[in-house]
Amino acid sequence: MSHHLVELRSVSHVYPDGSVALRDVSIRVTHGECVAIIGANGAGKSTLLLHLNGCLAASSGEVRVGDFPLTRKTLTQVRRTVGMVFQNPDDQLFMPTVLDDVAFGPLNLGLPQADAEQRSRAALERVGAWHLRDKPPYLLSGGEKKRVAIATVLSMAPDILVMDEPTSGLDPVARRQLMALVSEFQHTRILASHDLDMVLALCERTVVLHEGRVAADGASRDIFRDDALLARCRLEKPLAMQGCPVCGVVRLLPRSGAA
Amino acid sequence: MHMADALLSPAVGGTLWAVSAAGIAYCARKVRDDLDERKVPLMGVLGAFLFAAQMINFSIPGTGSSGHLGGGLLLAILLGPHAAFLTVASVLVVQALFFADGGLLALGCNIFNLGFLPAFVAYPLVYRRIAGARPGPLRLSVATIVAAVVGLQLGAFGVVVETVASGISSLPFSTFVLFMQPVHLAIGIVEGFVTAAIVAFVHRARPELLDALPASAGARPLRALLLAFLAAAAVTGGVLSWFASKNPDGLEWSIARVTGADALPAPEQGVHAALAALQERIAVLPDYAFRKSAEAASIATGDEAGDDQESRLGSSVSGIVGGSVALVLAFLIGFLLKWRVRAASGGGGSRR
Amino acid sequence: MASIDSIAENLRHLDEFARADTVVHRLDPRAKVVVTLAFVVIVASFDRYTVAALMPFAVFPIALAVLGGLPAGYLAKNVALAIPFALLIGLFNPFFDREVVFHLGSLPVTAGWISCASIAVRAVLTLGAALVLVALTGFPAVCAALEGLGMPRVFAAQMQFLHRYLFVLVDDAARSTRALALRSGGNAPRPTTVASLLGLLLLRTWQRAERIHLAMLARAYQGELHSRETWRFAAAEVAFVIGWVSLFCILRYYDLTRLLGTLVARVLP
Ligand SMILES: Nc1ncnc2c1ncn2[C@@H]1O[C@H](COP(=O)(O)OP(=O)(O)OP(=O)(O)O)[C@@H](O)[C@H]1O
Ligand SMILES: [Mg+2]
Repeated sequence: MSHHLVELRSVSHVYPDGSVALRDVSIRVTHGECVAIIGANGAGKSTLLLHLNGCLAASSGEVRVGDFPLTRKTLTQVRRTVGMVFQNPDDQLFMPTVLDDVAFGPLNLGLPQADAEQRSRAALERVGAWHLRDKPPYLLSGGEKKRVAIATVLSMAPDILVMDEPTSGLDPVARRQLMALVSEFQHTRILASHDLDMVLALCERTVVLHEGRVAADGASRDIFRDDALLARCRLEKPLAMQGCPVCGVVRLLPRSGAA
Repeated sequence: MHMADALLSPAVGGTLWAVSAAGIAYCARKVRDDLDERKVPLMGVLGAFLFAAQMINFSIPGTGSSGHLGGGLLLAILLGPHAAFLTVASVLVVQALFFADGGLLALGCNIFNLGFLPAFVAYPLVYRRIAGARPGPLRLSVATIVAAVVGLQLGAFGVVVETVASGISSLPFSTFVLFMQPVHLAIGIVEGFVTAAIVAFVHRARPELLDALPASAGARPLRALLLAFLAAAAVTGGVLSWFASKNPDGLEWSIARVTGADALPAPEQGVHAALAALQERIAVLPDYAFRKSAEAASIATGDEAGDDQESRLGSSVSGIVGGSVALVLAFLIGFLLKWRVRAASGGGGSRR
Repeated sequence: MASIDSIAENLRHLDEFARADTVVHRLDPRAKVVVTLAFVVIVASFDRYTVAALMPFAVFPIALAVLGGLPAGYLAKNVALAIPFALLIGLFNPFFDREVVFHLGSLPVTAGWISCASIAVRAVLTLGAALVLVALTGFPAVCAALEGLGMPRVFAAQMQFLHRYLFVLVDDAARSTRALALRSGGNAPRPTTVASLLGLLLLRTWQRAERIHLAMLARAYQGELHSRETWRFAAAEVAFVIGWVSLFCILRYYDLTRLLGTLVARVLP
């Protein structure tokens, strides 16, 4: 299933005001992987994700989804393949009610009304938000908005799931639910996040961005053990890898460190 | 400065509805055909911005009153006249529906005064002329302020003309003009300054937004459009008001036309005869003496002022009594309905 | 206009009312829009000295409000808030139209006062009807109805966005003005301050619009907003429209109030 492949080849991006957000970024994500993109504020995570479904066009370099470069012609197909959950759910929910919003994507794909509703229901149930279906989006709490935003993407049955800050603003239980949901998802997943514990729990692989460049790309555990790298990129170890301030026990020992 | 339903006659309100609806249809087609559909969400969200922005008042120095952003000109500068017109129109629809600001019949007038005049008159004929192709900051500000003042003056004048043409208010034209224009001059200047400051702000922060506008948005096609609109308004308005003056009632005329009851040359006798016959047939009380409210009008115009004083008093009193009784009845019906609704839903518990 | 917070509050209330489920809510929005428009036009078609004959028309907003479970206080408050401009202009009438029409006891009543009263009554009726329409239908449905009645699709889509982001932006503006008020020590803000506040709000809004558009594209948006709801113009709607419009026509041509007045006069000695 090579169409679940995502690749960036020396992508750079310059915003119209001249700020350079990505410099020569190359990443290759293969089918079924769960990859985290981490980095300080302004490192370029959101910018990178927006390239994956053609929301932003690279100033130079190439984006490939499946076996094809992302161009005007392939754009529609790519957008069906890549489901994107945005950082701010308010930007993603624009229809009068939750159910309308979740059905928006399927209806745009040309599904008949009944199928669209069926899919929307499944997606809403999956994120535990079916009971919110008739509410208008602006009456939802932040976490509810986030869950509905995820449902809007799930209802389109994407092959690749891209999420920007999926756990921000969620309460602990909702965060756990979200993590379970992401780990159940069979296909390729790419997450940008500051929630390093989630990254550690879900993603085998992590890409560290620093000032628009790839500072590191490798197994999450290795990256989180590299104190110098983390310090340079304004990051920290996940709490699970830090000593407990009360009893001094490290809950999650790095695997290779124990050998 | 929203025009209100209560001051409007159907002929004037209808004319401006027609003009505004034509404008919306034309601009919607234009936006769909010429511009990328990216503008639709942008226009919607900027409409929400305008709505929110209009709630923020600023004090008008030296008058003790306060004003708020009109926005028609600002949006025309940012989006071009077509998109700006649609956006202002949508804001006015929301204001009419949500806050009953103005009302539904007056919607056409308000869209014309606050949307059409700034976007299709003040913007191309004043702002564009002064600003030229690549304006510097000073030129930009001067153009904005002058255009804002002109736009608001035109809008205020529009309110005067529409009100006087409707004839519901008794304010004489000259008095009303002398009342409205100076007030809106002060407001217009301050609004112009605020608009200019915002434009300058955007110009500094994101110059590409202002440059993105096609320069062709000026001159010729707009003038043609403007003339077309004016012609349409003149024709509709003329036709409607001709009938309105022949027969004070635009509605009666249109009903007569629909039912085909009469030929045009003598609408009065035909309509009235038909209606009188109809009334005769469905009259409940044979001696029901006061059929036409138009009688009340003739009282006041003084044509038949020398008429029977007694019967006039009688009709007035019976009017007052009848009106109150009708109002009470309306409320009574309301209470009855409420009681039934309560009973039906089992003690007024709300269902979801 | 009232304070920005109370407006935001008001918007939410309206939306809440619109989400109830009553006989009136279940009607096809097109029917309600058509009847309300007919109501407004017919009320406006009376000549300027009509007062009494307008009274029976109150039955329309009242009946709908009651059937739709709309609180009377809410309606009264909002009509009162919206009335001032019409009333202001109406109050000039007594000064220009001074002919005495009749005496009420010893009080002379001039034509100007009558037409002023007429303006007030019209304002209450038309504003009340518009408010009732939205409160019992909901803005998106009213938009859909207008689209069904021929409003261009671009305009309908745009109004839908406007409605959706109204809440977000009103909150945003409210936060900004609150922050401004907290730092301006009770003085009314100066135009320059307001201008920069508005400029920032505008740029934030613009960016938001760009993000929204991206989010829509990401979900296969191709320039059309599909609506899920399919209303049906069934027998109930036809009855609703015909019933009300014929009542309006009867009330227009057949002055019920005089009839009532005469009746009362007969009954009383
Ligand atoms: N629309 C824009 N115009 C200009 N510069 C921008 C724009 N969006 C982002 N930038 C700049 O690009 C850089 C990368 O921004 P980006 O949003 O990708 O960061 P991020 O890693 O997602 O940060 P955060 O963790 O805060 O979400 C930042 O320096 C930012 O200032
Ligand atoms: Mg980000």
